[in-house]
Amino acid sequence: MLEIKDLHVKLEEEDKQILKGVNLTVEPGKVHAIMGPNGSGKSTLSYVLSGKGGYEVTGGSALLEGEELLDMEAEERAAAGLFLAFQYPVEIPGVGNMTFLRTAVNAQRKARGEDEMSAGEFLKVIRAKAKTLKIDADMLKRPVNVGFSGGEKKRNEILQMAMLEPKMCILDETDSGLDVDAMKLVSEGVNALRDEGRGFLVITHYQRLLDHIKPDVVHIMADGRIVKTGGPELAIEVENNGYADILAEVA
Amino acid sequence: MAKRKPNPDVVAARLADLTMPEGSAWALGARQSARARLEQMGLPERRDEYWKFTRPDTLVQADAPTAALFHNDEGPLWDDMDRLKVVFVDGVFDADASDDLSQEGLEIERLGDATSKDIHWAKDIYGVLETRGQTAVDRPLAALNTAFATDGIVIRVTGKVSKPVNLIYLHKSETSDVILHHCIKIEEGAEMTLLETGPAAARFNKVLEVEIADKAAFHHVRVQGRDHERRAVTGIFTRLGTESTFKSFTLTMNGVLTRNECVIELTGDDANATVAGACVGDGDDFHHDDTVFITHDAVNCESRQVFKKVLRNGATGVFQGKILVKKDAQKTDGYQISQALLLDDDSQFLAKPELEIYADDVACSHGSTTGAIDETALFYLQSRGVPKAEATDLLVLAFLAEALEEIDNETLAEGMYERLEGWLARRAS
Repeated sequence: MLEIKDLHVKLEEEDKQILKGVNLTVEPGKVHAIMGPNGSGKSTLSYVLSGKGGYEVTGGSALLEGEELLDMEAEERAAAGLFLAFQYPVEIPGVGNMTFLRTAVNAQRKARGEDEMSAGEFLKVIRAKAKTLKIDADMLKRPVNVGFSGGEKKRNEILQMAMLEPKMCILDETDSGLDVDAMKLVSEGVNALRDEGRGFLVITHYQRLLDHIKPDVVHIMADGRIVKTGGPELAIEVENNGYADILAEVA
Repeated sequence: MAKRKPNPDVVAARLADLTMPEGSAWALGARQSARARLEQMGLPERRDEYWKFTRPDTLVQADAPTAALFHNDEGPLWDDMDRLKVVFVDGVFDADASDDLSQEGLEIERLGDATSKDIHWAKDIYGVLETRGQTAVDRPLAALNTAFATDGIVIRVTGKVSKPVNLIYLHKSETSDVILHHCIKIEEGAEMTLLETGPAAARFNKVLEVEIADKAAFHHVRVQGRDHERRAVTGIFTRLGTESTFKSFTLTMNGVLTRNECVIELTGDDANATVAGACVGDGDDFHHDDTVFITHDAVNCESRQVFKKVLRNGATGVFQGKILVKKDAQKTDGYQISQALLLDDDSQFLAKPELEIYADDVACSHGSTTGAIDETALFYLQSRGVPKAEATDLLVLAFLAEALEEIDNETLAEGMYERLEGWLARRAS
């Protein structure tokens, strides 16, 4: 599904290397988790994959179903099936949540040469999906993320993911700012999307989220590289002992 | 503000080819007094503080620069809406193209008919509100208008009229130089909606005087013509009675030079005035100026100014807005926001927000910002699959929305969104 090979990335504005050769392959139907200390490059990896500006790829590649993501515009990556659930979802005053979602869904369909969704059909689908995420009609009408609580913003991210039905989902610290109940709700939303054709990359600091979204593979990232890969037990080890032991071990 | 000495030669040159229309004694008196005011003030010059950001030359010179006609392929605005249409072709009322002017709750006459009558209600408005608007700042082009306006419409509103009156200004001659003057009197408890659409002329000088009595309401939506080379200087002069409402919105797309002045006087308690504008400008020959002066002279009145401009390829936007709160105008609530979205480094926004407050129990806020497209929001939209150009348009419309929200009537507002979407779409290719 997603194949990252020897990815090197630096900041565009300054001479600072952030990713120093990331290798990672997510198979369809699998959930991979990335954990790692602050500043290890986890969020940068998610941004670079989704096409955010400000970074310069100095080497390597990232293929989505064999297509080079790094050559595409951000919107082309989305249409190709990549989705990033933001750590800090952006507020857009003046753009209604519903308008935003419909524009996005239809822009992707158009890019893929599919028919656009009619207003009626869209409404039917979004209402059903919003309901399971406990997103009410008012939240759909309000401007994108404006005045949303932390939990509402994250639920809104998952709603977008559910509507766009991407092939490869990256969740960047989706658990940050969530209380226990909200985390459960968000996780249920993610789990509902798990199927054999879809890959997940879950970036998190905490084991907690992984109790709800059970990973198949756990990677530890440090200083711009994946330094250790293992099963779900690796996340428990981090939770109990921190990163110090693991980092010492690989150093 | 120090008054400069007027240049009589400039005034004489401008007036050389103008003829003061005939009329009854009161009308002629109003025109002559306006001419005297003009001669005393002189015409605007570039060094005038009030014209610091906008060059008045082409508005002042004797011969109007020509303006090519714009071929609108979008079809008429608000086509499905029931309106009373009043058509002016290059500044001349066209009875054949207009609807029958009889309408319950309204008395509508052509300016020339009203001013030829010895006794007419317009006597208390024509040039009167314009004169009141001259106290703090000189507005010579409005005085010129009162003195020499060749046509216009006067409307007395006696009931709550739901059908809007639409003044439609057609521009058919590349050389038309037009001075129109309208007077509206809204009687106690009455209500009307005035729509103004179209470019009107190569050069357009228009004054609209509106007297709003107690508990009366005036709604105004204006769409200025898209002829790229047209020039316009317009002045709204209004006075509000107790518990009355004034709401005005203007959409401007294109036009080489537009100066929209709005002078509002809140003279009755608990009155409410809103003036808003959205403007989109493309190219270094686009210059748009909103100049507003609101005087609070009564207790517990509210005023709002909401102006949004989207500028690109070297376009210039200007905002001069002032709230004057007189000593006894306690409990005033004044709000003023002017914002520009610059889509490139070549465009500019020049703003002069002013507050002058003599009462001690008031809430006045004002803000002015100039900024670029929010890159974070743009990336967020793109990451969801919305192409960059479409995402930019979405953010442009979102930016303008705050001004468009000031339009109460949904159908009217939808028409504005359609026009803006059309403007953006045409520039996408």
